[in-house]
Amino acid sequence: MTGPAFDPTAPLTASGNLRRRRAFSRIAELGATGAAFFAVAILAIVIYSVAVRGASALSFEFLVTGAPTGIAPALVGTGLIVAVATAIAMPLGVLTALFLTEFAGEHTIRLSKLTLDLINGLPSIIIGLFVFGLLVDHHKQSGFAGSVALAIIMLPLVARGTQEVLLLVPGNLREGADALGVSRWRTVLTVILPSALGGILTATVLAVARAAGETAPLILVSSVFDGKEVLFKMSEAMPNVPVRIFQLSEEGNPEGIAQAWGMSLVLITIILLASVGARAMHARSRRKMSS
Amino acid sequence: MSAVSSATEPSQVAGRARAGERRKQFDRVADGLLFGVCALAALLGVVLMLVIAYQVVHGAEPAISAFGLGFIFETTWQPNFGVFGAGSMLFGTIVSSFVALAIGAPIAISIGLYLSLLAPAGVRGMIGPLVEMLAAIPSVILGFWGVLILAPFVQGTLEPWLHDTLGFIPIFGAPETTGASVFTASLILTIMIVPIIASISRDLFLAVPRDVQDGASALGATRWEVIRGVVLPSTTSGVVAASLLGLGRALGEAIAVTQVIGAGSAINTSLFKTGDTLASRIASQFPGAITEMHKASLFYLGVILLVIGLLSNLAAQWIGRRFDYRRMATK
Repeated sequence: MTGPAFDPTAPLTASGNLRRRRAFSRIAELGATGAAFFAVAILAIVIYSVAVRGASALSFEFLVTGAPTGIAPALVGTGLIVAVATAIAMPLGVLTALFLTEFAGEHTIRLSKLTLDLINGLPSIIIGLFVFGLLVDHHKQSGFAGSVALAIIMLPLVARGTQEVLLLVPGNLREGADALGVSRWRTVLTVILPSALGGILTATVLAVARAAGETAPLILVSSVFDGKEVLFKMSEAMPNVPVRIFQLSEEGNPEGIAQAWGMSLVLITIILLASVGARAMHARSRRKMSS
Repeated sequence: MSAVSSATEPSQVAGRARAGERRKQFDRVADGLLFGVCALAALLGVVLMLVIAYQVVHGAEPAISAFGLGFIFETTWQPNFGVFGAGSMLFGTIVSSFVALAIGAPIAISIGLYLSLLAPAGVRGMIGPLVEMLAAIPSVILGFWGVLILAPFVQGTLEPWLHDTLGFIPIFGAPETTGASVFTASLILTIMIVPIIASISRDLFLAVPRDVQDGASALGATRWEVIRGVVLPSTTSGVVAASLLGLGRALGEAIAVTQVIGAGSAINTSLFKTGDTLASRIASQFPGAITEMHKASLFYLGVILLVIGLLSNLAAQWIGRRFDYRRMATK
C-alpha cells in the first residue's frame, strides 16, 4: 500500500489507484445486482410462459371433466395423495421436533438432526425406489404408496421447521408452567404447542407445496392410470398432476402439450399461492412471538 | 429444566400440586407416554434412513452379484442384450452437475452478497422472496418449460454462439439438431440450485459482524474490498458447504433432466451432445423395465446415486459444522 514516494504533507486527493479501486468496486456491485435481477427475470420468464400458454387451455370443462378433455381426476388424485401424506408426516414431524427440543440430550439431538438433514438431501427418485421396493414390488402401484413417498419427503421439512419455532417459544413460558407445578405433558399440550401453532402450520404448508410438485417418486409408484374418472381408492394407482404433465411432455403431441401447459398453470398457481401464504403467515407469527 | 428426562425423574414439580395421588400417577403415566411417543417418532427418522439404504441395496442385489463393481465404470447399457453398466450415466451426472455448479455458484453467491450487503431494504424484501420462489417451481414444470422454450433457444442461439466464439475448446462442439443436450440439462439444474445456494449464503453474509466490516471501511477499503477481504474469507467454509448442498441437489434431480438431456448413452466431450444421468435413467426407464435384471440394474444406479448423494451431503454437514465451531470460538 505505502509506496516509497508517500508524502504525508501532500493534500488528500483521489489518485489513479483509488479511482481504479472505486471503479472496480462499482463494477462488482453492478455484477451482483445484475445477478439478482437475472434470477428474478428467469422466474418471470418461466411464470409468464406457463401463464400465457396455460391460460388458453383453461376452461371450466378442463377443470371438472376427466381425460381426454379435462384434468379433474388428476387434481383430485394429487389432492388425496398429498392429504394422506400430510396426515402421516405432520404428526410424526411435530413429535420428532418435540423430542428434539423438549427431551433429547445433546448426542441424540445431533444424530437425529443429521439423519433428518440426510433424508432431506436424498434424491427424491431414491425415495421412489425405496417405496417401490417396500410397497409396490410384487404387489401393484397405489395412491397410498405415493402418499408414503411424499410423506418421507415432507417429514424432515415439517420436523426441522417445527423445531425452529419450538426453539423460539420463550423459555419463561416453560419456567412459569414448571413453577406452577404443571406436569410436562400438560405444559407441552397446553402451553408450548399452542404458542407454536402458527409456525407448525407454516412448516406444514411449505412441505405440502414441495410435495405437491414432486414427480420422481410418483412415476415409480403411481403412474399407470387412464385418468378418465375421479378415483377415491387409495389402493389403486391414482392419476395425479405432476406425473400427467411428465407423461404428456414425453409423448409430445400438440393437444397433450396444450393440456400439460394448462395443468402446469394450475399446479404452479396452487404451489406459489401456498408458499407465499406460508411466508406471510411465518412473518406474522414471528412478529407475534417476538413482541 | 429442559434436559431433565421425565421418564427417569417423573414430574418433580407435580408433587407440590394440591391434587391427589391419583392425579400425580396419571401425570406420571402421561409424561412417560409423551416421552415415549416423541422418542419413537424421532427413532423412526433414524430407522427410516437405514431402511431406505437397505431397500435400495436389496433391490440391486441381482445386478450387484451379476456385474460386481465393474458395473460402475462399464459404459455399455443395452437392456435388450442384458448388458448393463453405469459408466456413461455416472459421467453425465458428474459433468452436468459440475457445469451447473460452475455457472450457478458464482451467480448465487453474488445474489447472496447483493441481498445481504448491497440492496436497499425495500428492494431486498422484494427480491429475496422472489429468488426463493424460484426454488418452489416444481421440477417437472421447469423441465417442461426447458424442453419447449429453453431448448430451442439454446440450440438456435446460445450453442452456435458459444461454438463460434469458443469452439476451439472441445467441450463447445457443434450444436445438435434438437436442443436436448447435457448443456441444456446443466442450465435447468443451474436454475434449480441458484436459489438454494443464494439463500444459504445470504444468511451467512448477514451473520458477519457489522463492526468488522465497518472497521475495514474506516481503513479506506472500498465496498468490494470489504467483501473480498472480510466477508468472503470469514464465510468460505459456509459457502463451500452451501455449494455442496446445491451440488447434491443437482446430482439427484431426475425429472427435469430426463426431459431435456436427450437420453443418449455415449460419452461425449462436447456438452452440446445428448447424454444421461443416473437419476434421469432411473426415471425414464423404470416404468418400462420388464426383466428383473433391468430393474435390478436401475436399482444399482440408485445405489451409486445414494452413495454420491450421501457423501456430498455429509461433506456439506461436516464443513458447515467446522464453520460453526470456528464462529463460536471467535465470539
